[in-house]
Amino acid sequence: MASSGSSSERQQIAQKRLRIIAGHLQKDEDRETTRIFANDCKAKVTDTNRITANTVPRRRQEIMKWNGWGYSDSRFLFNKKGQAEFTGRRYRLSGVIMPYLKDWFEGTFGANVLHRTPATAAVNTSAVQPPSVNEAFVQELNAAGILLSLDPEDRVFRCHGHCLHEIFALREGKIGRVPDMVVWPNCHDDVMKIVELACQHNVCLMPYGGGTSVSSALECPPEETRSIVSLDTSQMNRILWIDEKNLTAHIEAGIIGQDLERTLNESGYCTGHEPDSMEFSSLGGWVATRASGMKKNIYGNIEDLVVRVRMVTPRGVIEKSCQGPRTSTGPDIHHFILGSEGTLGVVTEVTMKIRPLPEYQKYGSVVFLNFEQGVACLREVAKHRCAPASIRLMDNAQFQFGLALKPQVSSIFTSLLDGLKKFYITKFKGFDPQCLCVATLLFEGPRNSVLQHEKQVYDIAAKFGGLAAGEDNGQRGYMLTFVIAYLRDLGMDHSVIGESFETSVPWDRVLDLCRNVKERIVTECRERGVQYSPLTSCRVTQTYDAGACVYFYFAFNYRGLSDPVHIYDQVEHAAREEILANGGSLSHHHGVGKLRKQWLKESISNVGIGMLKSVKEYVDPKNIFGNRNLL
Amino acid sequence: MASKTLYSQRDPALKKRDDFEDILEERRNFSDLRYALRCYTPVLYKGMTPCKPSMLKTIVLQSEQLHYVVNQVSKETGEATDIIQEEAVVILEEMAQRLQLSTIRFFAFTLSKAFKALFQSIRVNEEGIQRLQQAIQEHPVVLLPSHRSYLDFLLMSYILYTYDLALPVIAAGMDFLGMKFVGEMLRMSGAFFIRRSFGGDKLYWAVFSEYVKTMLRNGYAPIEFFLEGTRSRTCKSLTPKLGLLNIVMDPFFKGEVFDVNVVPISISYERVLEEALYARELLGVPKPKESTSGLLKARRILSEDYGSIHVYFGQPVSVRSLAQGRINRSQYNLVPRHIPAKPSEDALDFVSDTAYRLVRKQEENMVLRPWVLIAAILMQNLDGMDSALLTEQTAWLRGLARAFGAFLDWPDNEPAAKAVSSSLALHRDLVRTEGGRVLLTEQPPESSSPEEALFNRAVAALSCASYRNQILHVFLRPALAAVAMDAAATSRKDDVYGSFALLRDVFSNEFILCPGAASRTGVVTLARRERDTRDFEEACYLLMKCGAVQILKQDIVVTERGRPVLSFLSGMLEPFLQGYQVVCRYFREEANEGLTEKQYVPAVRSFAVKRILSDGLKCYEALSSDLQKNALAALLRMNALKKVKVVDLVTLKVNKTAVKTLEDALGCKVPVQKPVLARL
Repeated sequence: MASSGSSSERQQIAQKRLRIIAGHLQKDEDRETTRIFANDCKAKVTDTNRITANTVPRRRQEIMKWNGWGYSDSRFLFNKKGQAEFTGRRYRLSGVIMPYLKDWFEGTFGANVLHRTPATAAVNTSAVQPPSVNEAFVQELNAAGILLSLDPEDRVFRCHGHCLHEIFALREGKIGRVPDMVVWPNCHDDVMKIVELACQHNVCLMPYGGGTSVSSALECPPEETRSIVSLDTSQMNRILWIDEKNLTAHIEAGIIGQDLERTLNESGYCTGHEPDSMEFSSLGGWVATRASGMKKNIYGNIEDLVVRVRMVTPRGVIEKSCQGPRTSTGPDIHHFILGSEGTLGVVTEVTMKIRPLPEYQKYGSVVFLNFEQGVACLREVAKHRCAPASIRLMDNAQFQFGLALKPQVSSIFTSLLDGLKKFYITKFKGFDPQCLCVATLLFEGPRNSVLQHEKQVYDIAAKFGGLAAGEDNGQRGYMLTFVIAYLRDLGMDHSVIGESFETSVPWDRVLDLCRNVKERIVTECRERGVQYSPLTSCRVTQTYDAGACVYFYFAFNYRGLSDPVHIYDQVEHAAREEILANGGSLSHHHGVGKLRKQWLKESISNVGIGMLKSVKEYVDPKNIFGNRNLL
Repeated sequence: MASKTLYSQRDPALKKRDDFEDILEERRNFSDLRYALRCYTPVLYKGMTPCKPSMLKTIVLQSEQLHYVVNQVSKETGEATDIIQEEAVVILEEMAQRLQLSTIRFFAFTLSKAFKALFQSIRVNEEGIQRLQQAIQEHPVVLLPSHRSYLDFLLMSYILYTYDLALPVIAAGMDFLGMKFVGEMLRMSGAFFIRRSFGGDKLYWAVFSEYVKTMLRNGYAPIEFFLEGTRSRTCKSLTPKLGLLNIVMDPFFKGEVFDVNVVPISISYERVLEEALYARELLGVPKPKESTSGLLKARRILSEDYGSIHVYFGQPVSVRSLAQGRINRSQYNLVPRHIPAKPSEDALDFVSDTAYRLVRKQEENMVLRPWVLIAAILMQNLDGMDSALLTEQTAWLRGLARAFGAFLDWPDNEPAAKAVSSSLALHRDLVRTEGGRVLLTEQPPESSSPEEALFNRAVAALSCASYRNQILHVFLRPALAAVAMDAAATSRKDDVYGSFALLRDVFSNEFILCPGAASRTGVVTLARRERDTRDFEEACYLLMKCGAVQILKQDIVVTERGRPVLSFLSGMLEPFLQGYQVVCRYFREEANEGLTEKQYVPAVRSFAVKRILSDGLKCYEALSSDLQKNALAALLRMNALKKVKVVDLVTLKVNKTAVKTLEDALGCKVPVQKPVLARL
């Protein structure tokens, strides 16, 4: 079965995974990594050279795509032989040939890899509206020594998240309202200064962390007439202290996930917070959107991890005066901050729980006859509260997709072995490849308890007809989450558009919701003239006592449609209505932003909206934080 | 596939209806045995989980829904849960179908023989069959045939078998089970049996609704039931019963299925097998208890000619698209779905409106033979009429019926005279021609008491009325408008509408009229306001279209050529107006304190007999228990009567003033009150 091998091997794998994450950006040999600083902010400002050496440079476009996902050097393409490959050297999949992807792609979408719909190569800076600058504000910023930029490329980079319509427009070279200016504070005090000046000169501030939003949260409101200033927190990225007695760390909110984990790892710790976007998303962003990490079963979601938050608002700084692990002091003010989506202020520093690095990590996977059995198993696991660090169940479509991403087989032996495995599962055990689905697992902890835990989970799985399917499949499943966002760009190169969306739903409605939402998407696409039936796929990505988080993928070939994005938006809108009608939530972790705010009232009631409004009214009466998310 | 708009202002001239194909033709030319044994491989619902009838029972008995109610009942009665559960098992045993292909094959063989003997043809619209085949694959399907005869459901299964479609499971009344073999045979051909009334029995309701829902959710088979609840003895559509429709829509409301397709089906008989029985039943001869020997005696009917049957499979209707914007499904998200809950106001409203639309669809697609036109004319000339005049009027009425969108099956290019004479021949039991006059045939009186003679005349009249009733739906709304125009004080639209609205209220048990219009309380939504005037708008539209009236800004003016049309139309409703007046008069003059509902029908009948004999009324419909019951319901609904419960006895208390007002209004003696609604 899956668990065999020496502990050193296990540890190697664990280390390897950490290296993968850490090594996503090993650009220059002599690059300086983020360190832990206990000095104050003034000291840092003097040393400007060092700041530019962080993972995320001020000029993001130097290493990242301006109109697609991730690093510029990493992308999927179909090579001259028509085989798919992934470029660059950052990921395990980098440089790998995937011979099956073309057939899957063409078969699933009715697309042709020879038909290309390429993106505009570079920003057409003349299409960017000239900045409307508040001169007095700029002068005072300069006087305070805060870095800023009016460069069109900088501004364009910060006018969007990664919603389909945002990226699609950029690829077409269409640029809407962009921020008029970008500022880079270096520390909490800088932010205080900026907010103070913004209030004084009545400019609109839009906090910007990692830019991975998928809720239209970063779109500049077109009706905004004031100067819009994008407040990029990326340079506030130090770990200010680590408290090993209490297992907490105090961290600047601009740090991005991979830097945070890597730096803590060097000291033998981790936060364990690993959202799928952790390569690029920032701590402040997690707090502001109520993020969720894949290992929340051990470490908790962001709201469980946060001990103390500092947020700069137009009214001043909001923070708690103690670090007690729990308090009964009226409604928890952290919950005004968590999920505020940049409408109340900027999160500058966070005290967060940390954990010693796990001794042992092990992947695993289980195949089920069908999705229903898989969901039943996950429900049972949740009932026994024995979910591993991560447990995810993909449906058959996603399983097929995973197969399509398999690399070229290097030896006859492996292909023979694969064949035998397949034979065993399909013929001997009677699994139908068109129905079966796979759960991927990740266990963490002391070696003995991991092995014990593993057995417990596999025993439950066996009750639902689940067959253990090896560590390799599990690990591949998790690796794919990092590259899947790159795949959308490949689709868009060949007239396929798509996106993911998520929800959370009580256990008894999981199956009904998945089926109805998929069917709704197919029906809506058909009614809107989408010629080839769309790809709809879902997976259960998190389990809770009372329900689960479900993640949907939806993509279609838009050839022959005059306004594909509009159709896409209508279908996604219909899908969200279907989710709500079937007992799903408006969002589990993506947030509301502007994309979903039309449903917020029915989700939280009129009084709820009124409460939020009155908080906003008190904290930010002049609407300085004017990104118009949520309300 | 399924249509979004169930009812649209129809334009009959443009409307192309499907062609029919005779399924008996092949039977007459090829072996019935081979047909009964042929390979049967229907397409199935794509999401179906195959299971056996016995498995269905297990699923139902183990369902959370049932467990919940079992526990609830156990708490209320103090009985142990396993005893209650045992009761549930018994209920389910009694109810459940055991669909077997062999039984279907048996019926395929015997029914082929019987149908060929009884009918000239059985015509089915093939396009409807194709639409149904598509619908069956996509979503769970509910079949809703009209109900005029015992034959209906055997006929339905027979047709579906013929076209290689999935065989339905059918909700049937428990009374069938009284027949020894037949009950079990029906069970094995897919019937499941439900009690006629089980109002307060929670457990029964739980077993029943869970059984139906389980079959629907699993896509086990199309579910078939009769919206009208029982056979219509008058051949008018009955006001729909909502219970089962509620049940089959529930899985959609709760997200357990993506959609449900409901298919209205219209079965029109040229001659109903039970023709003579119905008239007697309406006149108070109790319906014979279903028994196997009774069925065997009915064999003699095999030697008669019952003409043809038309079966029209309507456009499948998607419940999802109907509910779009009307049902907020998230209301079902906050309570566990296995806990039975009363349907919400908007769900009830939606279901009743949908039921109404579906019955109207059934009506609209009823195929009408020339004979029903003749019957409609004869009913206004009960003393007989000249056959040439009859032919002339039939031709005229055909034109009017077509203008109103009737689905007439008039033989190609056949002159009216020929159509009339062949119709008269087919219905020689009912009519005869004597010296150039066409008369209703009366049974020769056994004794010559005036009551007996009256009874015989009434049988003939009610039989004839049942044919007129088949086309009533075509003329109903314009006819109500015609009566309203007579009754209204002025020709102002508002006044006419006022009279119309009153008539609609009075007759909403008698005819299929838009439900929930004025009589309901609660918030008047835009949709409901639209519904209030829907019938009236339609009436005006049709009258205007055939040139009978002109609609001016504020007035409705009758045109010269409109006069005969309007007078014919009001004549059509005359028996109903008179019948209701007789009932009102009964309550004013004769009903005494302590009258129970049970005593009501015989009492009002003998009152009506007296009136007819003494006043020379020609209103035989006043003798019909159907009309009497509908009138009672109307009076209760309109608060002219009240049910009073004294100890265990429910009696009827009469508000004489209210009854008098209504009676006068129906007799057009007093202009009705000002309209409540001005938005026309």
